[in-house]
Amino acid sequence: MRLKEIIRLLDAVVITNSRDSEAEIEWACATDLMSDVLYYSRGNSVLITGLAKQQAIRTSDIADIKVVVFTRGKEPDTQTIELSRKKKITLLITPYSMFTACGKLYEKGLRCCPE
Amino acid sequence: MKIDKTYEGSFHIVGGDFSHAGEASTELKTILLSAGVEDEFVRRVAIATFEAEMNIMIYATAGILRYTISPEEIRIIAEDMGPGIENIELAMQEGYSTAPDWVREMGWGAGMGLPNMKKNADTFRIDSVVGEGTKVEMIIRR
Amino acid sequence: MKLKEITEILSLRPLTPAVGLEREVSGAYVGDLLSDVMANAGEGNLWITLQTHVNIVAVAVFKNLSAIVIVNGRMPDSDTMDKAVSEDIPILLTGKSAFETAGKLYQILNAQNLQG
Repeated sequence: MRLKEIIRLLDAVVITNSRDSEAEIEWACATDLMSDVLYYSRGNSVLITGLAKQQAIRTSDIADIKVVVFTRGKEPDTQTIELSRKKKITLLITPYSMFTACGKLYEKGLRCCPE
Repeated sequence: MKIDKTYEGSFHIVGGDFSHAGEASTELKTILLSAGVEDEFVRRVAIATFEAEMNIMIYATAGILRYTISPEEIRIIAEDMGPGIENIELAMQEGYSTAPDWVREMGWGAGMGLPNMKKNADTFRIDSVVGEGTKVEMIIRR
Repeated sequence: MKLKEITEILSLRPLTPAVGLEREVSGAYVGDLLSDVMANAGEGNLWITLQTHVNIVAVAVFKNLSAIVIVNGRMPDSDTMDKAVSEDIPILLTGKSAFETAGKLYQILNAQNLQG
């Protein structure tokens, strides 16, 4: 799924972005637990999380995740935004809950990282 | 920089210092990427190291993370001064954790740390003495 | 929609057969941070999570949730199971991810709303 489609479906606000909105994102992963991101995710995926903290960005960088979505309109602090800019991670905020965000992306064909 | 010999280095990690969580593994990742090694190998090393780093941060007073990079593999030794692990077999089970609630609220401590290290390492060894500390040794091959 | 129907459609495995599934599901919430679920899950919601810790039952009781679905094939220990039975909270298991479980359930609940 293209990044711009993810942004549109989630009615997301773009906080940081250094990639083309035509970029193709292959997989999705939805969790608040960082070890699970590391365990189940693949590179080039989108992480949907309620953990609007630096940890989510740091973990995504380690796991080569390119796009992070914070749910329920949670605004991250400036350190979190700075880190995502530095790590070239696209950071989005969606007003939707994790459930709704997953539903909207799944409905349009995005799938979770295969094991 | 090409890997044509052996490189060694280490990071000191202070327990409870969440603001610096992940910096050691990020630095190691940067070193490996600049050496031009394959992305998938770097990802495995970064994940395994990150988990080791987080375990020290969550459970121990302090610890040290040592690495040796050679052309074929990387060896990582994470050693801490911590409470030690009473039952290693149990600790290796996915989902088993003794982490306190505040750690869980930070998105950690869900019992996937050690399984994650084992998953990404080709060789994984853990030794622990209750009241003294824990030592994890991992070898990841290219 | 009844929990029993959802259980069948999503092929969820009841871990606590003693707890009945004849209850209404008002919607769903996905989350692994207990404080977040405490603050934001709605009454009657089905809770999709990776957490297996015994405290999940207390959260479900407090928020009056309809059930807990534990994803990724994770298995809670006997403490969690016992507490769930004694508190009358059904726990259901699936080998699928939270993303997929939520994705499918979203479609099911939406279709139901359109019909209803």
